[in-house]
Amino acid sequence: MRVLILAKEGERSETATPPTAEAMAAHQKFNEELVKAGVVVGSGRLSPSSQGKRVQFDGKKRRVIDGPFAESKELVAGYWLWQVRSIDEALEWLKRAPYDGGIFEVREVPMHEGV
Amino acid sequence: MTAGFSRSARSPCTRAFEEARTVDPRRGGAPDDPGRRETPAREAHRAIEAIWRIESARLIARLARLVGDIGTAEELAQDALVAALEQWPISGVPERPGPWLMATAKHRATDLIRRRKTLGQKYEQLGRAIEREQEGTDLDTAIDEDFGDDLLGLMFMACHPVLSKDARVALTLRVLGGLTTDEIARAFLVPVSRIAQRIVRAKRTLAEAHVRFEVPRDSDRAARLASVLEMIYLIFNEGYSATAGEDWVRPALCEDAMRLGRILAELAPLESEVHGLIALI
Repeated sequence: MRVLILAKEGERSETATPPTAEAMAAHQKFNEELVKAGVVVGSGRLSPSSQGKRVQFDGKKRRVIDGPFAESKELVAGYWLWQVRSIDEALEWLKRAPYDGGIFEVREVPMHEGV
Repeated sequence: MTAGFSRSARSPCTRAFEEARTVDPRRGGAPDDPGRRETPAREAHRAIEAIWRIESARLIARLARLVGDIGTAEELAQDALVAALEQWPISGVPERPGPWLMATAKHRATDLIRRRKTLGQKYEQLGRAIEREQEGTDLDTAIDEDFGDDLLGLMFMACHPVLSKDARVALTLRVLGGLTTDEIARAFLVPVSRIAQRIVRAKRTLAEAHVRFEVPRDSDRAARLASVLEMIYLIFNEGYSATAGEDWVRPALCEDAMRLGRILAELAPLESEVHGLIALI
């Protein structure tokens, strides 16, 4: 099964301060382990929402809204697409991540036909 | 090689998992009954099952390098798993479950070596273990730490050309894919006993042919790699031909094949054939 991991890091994803070298190394080590286990299908890190746009649909009308967006707790700072055998496996992997803050959401990406 | 161990084809851990299991293992989710709460023991079993999925291949790979034999390595790994199934529901899951399992398995390995009947065997085992340790550190110290070479070695061993195609597929899914014998049997629509026998025979063939645990280099490598790629393609094809059916176990083989392919691509990134296969599937 495929799961999407959404990293919701709160305020910190909105600031431009880069992570410490130590945190970066820990993240890289974890990510390498995932890749070597064949788990990672895709991943990415997003720019702060101040550089983002939203398009609001209302009937025929389209309104473009510029960032930054207010609900900072719900903002996605990055994502992973993983291939695992169960949600439990995804949770076990995620618990090993070397992070000390934020909420990481695990959502299944159902596949209806074929692979 | 597995003297001292006599086990039924379905290991204790398989049975333990199945007793603890009320939903399909690969679906993993809780039963669709919101009113029902899981008992702590059941919760621990689910965590252990997920941890086993993550750790089993690395565990078996490292142990195979130490003892030089897949059958023994798998038995030792499963001994560690049984210990976890006994202890973790009571003591809680340790903070670093991987190293816990490895330490327990190595402990059992020491016991096993002690139990070996003749001194000759004992020295042979020890000698091999030491030789392998040195080989590992000399060749690739950097990636050795994260099990990379061990996994690659296990993959080459499980796909050795002395084994039939069917045997390679079954053994690889078992030791690298972390599937139970029952799951493999269901995926290939054959009786469990047949898969169990296939795996037992494959291990015996490897032991009798004195197949070494190694990452082949130079002239041997291309042929051995082809044997691994063929196995991955066979698994993929089996799953792909079943994608129209209702059963989700068989299509999941495609995912298993892709995952094995990605592992191989990561461990042997310079082999263009590997990337070609991944692009194909």
